[in-house]
Amino acid sequence: MSESETADLEKFRSETRTWLEANCPPEMRKPATSDADVFWGGRNAKFSSEPQRIWFERMRDKGWTVPDWPKEYGGGGLTAAEHKVLRSEMARMGARPPLSSFGIWMLGPALLKYGNEAQKKEHLPKIAAGLIRWCQGYSEPNAGSDLASLQTRAESDGDDFVITGSKIWTSYANYADWIFCLVRTDPTAKKHDGISFILFDMTSKGVTTKPILLISGYSPFCETFFDGVRVPKSHVVGTVNRGWDVAKYLLQHERAMISGMGERGVGRPLGQIAADSVGADAQGKLDDAMLRGRIATFDVDEAALAACAERAVDLAKAGQAHPAFSSAMKYYGTELNKRRYEILMSAGGVDALEWESERSRQGARPRAWLRTKANSIEGGTTEVMLGIVAKRILDLPGA
Amino acid sequence: MALVLTEEQSMLRDSARGLISDKAPVSHLRALRDNKDPTGFSKELWHSFAEMGFAGLLVPEEFGGSGLGFMEAGVVMEEIGRTLMPSPFLATSVVAASALNRGGNAAQKAEYLPKISNGSLLATLAIDEGAKHRPLQTALQAVRAGNGFKLSGAKALVVDGHVVDLFIVAARTSGSAGERDGLTLFLVNPKAKGVSIERTIMVDAHNAARIELANVEVNADSVLGEVDQGAALLDSVLDIGRGAVAAEMVGLSDEVFSRTVEYLKNRKQFGKLIGEFQALQHRAAELYVDIEITRAATMKALQALDADVVKATSSVAVAKARAGTTATRAVQEGVQMHGGMGMTDQFDIGFFMKRARVCEELFGDANYHTEQLARARGY
Repeated sequence: MSESETADLEKFRSETRTWLEANCPPEMRKPATSDADVFWGGRNAKFSSEPQRIWFERMRDKGWTVPDWPKEYGGGGLTAAEHKVLRSEMARMGARPPLSSFGIWMLGPALLKYGNEAQKKEHLPKIAAGLIRWCQGYSEPNAGSDLASLQTRAESDGDDFVITGSKIWTSYANYADWIFCLVRTDPTAKKHDGISFILFDMTSKGVTTKPILLISGYSPFCETFFDGVRVPKSHVVGTVNRGWDVAKYLLQHERAMISGMGERGVGRPLGQIAADSVGADAQGKLDDAMLRGRIATFDVDEAALAACAERAVDLAKAGQAHPAFSSAMKYYGTELNKRRYEILMSAGGVDALEWESERSRQGARPRAWLRTKANSIEGGTTEVMLGIVAKRILDLPGA
Repeated sequence: MALVLTEEQSMLRDSARGLISDKAPVSHLRALRDNKDPTGFSKELWHSFAEMGFAGLLVPEEFGGSGLGFMEAGVVMEEIGRTLMPSPFLATSVVAASALNRGGNAAQKAEYLPKISNGSLLATLAIDEGAKHRPLQTALQAVRAGNGFKLSGAKALVVDGHVVDLFIVAARTSGSAGERDGLTLFLVNPKAKGVSIERTIMVDAHNAARIELANVEVNADSVLGEVDQGAALLDSVLDIGRGAVAAEMVGLSDEVFSRTVEYLKNRKQFGKLIGEFQALQHRAAELYVDIEITRAATMKALQALDADVVKATSSVAVAKARAGTTATRAVQEGVQMHGGMGMTDQFDIGFFMKRARVCEELFGDANYHTEQLARARGY
């Protein structure tokens, strides 16, 4: 980096810090503690508070819901280095993401790479502005880890495809406006070769959703059924029958997103949270030496993973990343998040067992604990991730 | 600052790798061990190191050094870790040079740093006294005597202790073991009256010694930094050493892992390459991820040291703790996956296991650094 570039970046940092200090409401600088604290956008979106609305709108107006997307698509047009500065400045003050969205994390990157100009112009600005909420139609009842064996079929009929089949584990399908979906357009081809990646409106005739009650008592996932849903062929992203390429590329982003789940490095240290219920001695040391050791080991691994996540972004920007590295991150990040919640449950003891009381915020901790068990399943199981690392990164035989 | 090597750092890595893999593959260590080499490293190679500017890598240019940073020192350490090359680089060029550069007065710097840079002076820090690394437990006594001090006590795991020209000794000038106040660093000539040195042949065939000081007289000019206030300087120097050892362990882990994966791709049993077995694939994949995470944590620590040594403690603790657990896992899997071959002395894998064990103890093991992080976070 030249001296003038460094100087420009420092100027950007100080301007960004000033702007964030002036524009991020204090309420938006605390970690999110419930689903209502997260704004997902969409046609039926409601803000849970005035500060949430203000923060979202100010960030949207700067294009900073998607800081590194091109300005023409509603993004902030930041360079990689500027984006890193913005993220570090937001992390420094504990600012929440103004908008959470599968459109941002998953579909957007895939459209930027594989979408045609009309598709980009149509969909990206609406994602950036939080106008349309997306869901992902990937898994099927008989296509879980073996995703490419999916059977939802799309039959050609003039300018349209007619889609019939069902999807499962469709996150928030009951709230979503549109779906990005994998369908089989050529049933005679080998399983990876006959798949297309297609977009359609969830209000289309023939689409129904049914929430699935999980062990957490919540229903973040749905079964989604398509009964002769008619979708224009122009809604296919990339080439017909080459949807697996798009799907894999999107999965890399999904895995990167899931690996980053968990409130890493924000809020109070885990050891101090544990001290609330476990107690501490006169020096402030946790009153449970074994638990203290587990927490400290967790903290070491968490800090190391944060460095690795930072490095993964830097490597990608330097063009040195291995495309399958997100699988490595996904495996480790999800196992770590499960460890975090095992520790929190252990630390909370009896208090962490209450399921319905006001005191426990309707069992927030045990429900969150149970939710984390899906982390190492959704978006590709830990075992699938390790298989990908073995095959694509280590080049082991027969994997 | 990005967590990737710059072009200059990549070039440095390539030149270090070229020299080390050419002149000091693992067979070099094996020969030194088998011949019971009295020096324990190759002087000729050390001269090459000096000529390439590595001996004075961290020394400011005004004292004949290269004036580079800890990231660059880590690059060299990682390459050293790949072939387990015994070298004064860690003790002299990283730890002692940093102690002198950070704690030395003008006269001390002018006397020692140029000699470190040109490879003519070897030095080392003498810190550990008990079985485990506990810097604050330092009990080696330094009592005032005339204009100077008299030092009495013993040190263990003094790296290169039997071949150096200068000891930097952590001593207690006041207070009692366990206290931060009252620590002082002294420059001690190994040839001074009252110094006895026992070379200790270690499991890893790298250099170490036990030294004993019996009323060793030093003058007031031998104090490095301030009397009684040495703890801060010591913390910094140790953190620099820890970052460097973590980098060595990343190189070691990476190398033992590459050799193991290569073996999985070639060894056949039950009519298959053993790398086809999922039981081994998943363990190899987990280990790969462990190493990559530890590599990033180590780069982060070295970067933090370059930004401000005093503020780098937590990052360094994370790196050294991770490096310890990762290297331990890497060498154990290395031996296990090589099967019976991994148990033979003829095969190199055992050398990695032995060196990893010593690196783990050097400047505090994973437990020590995990405990430090817990304390820093207030629980």
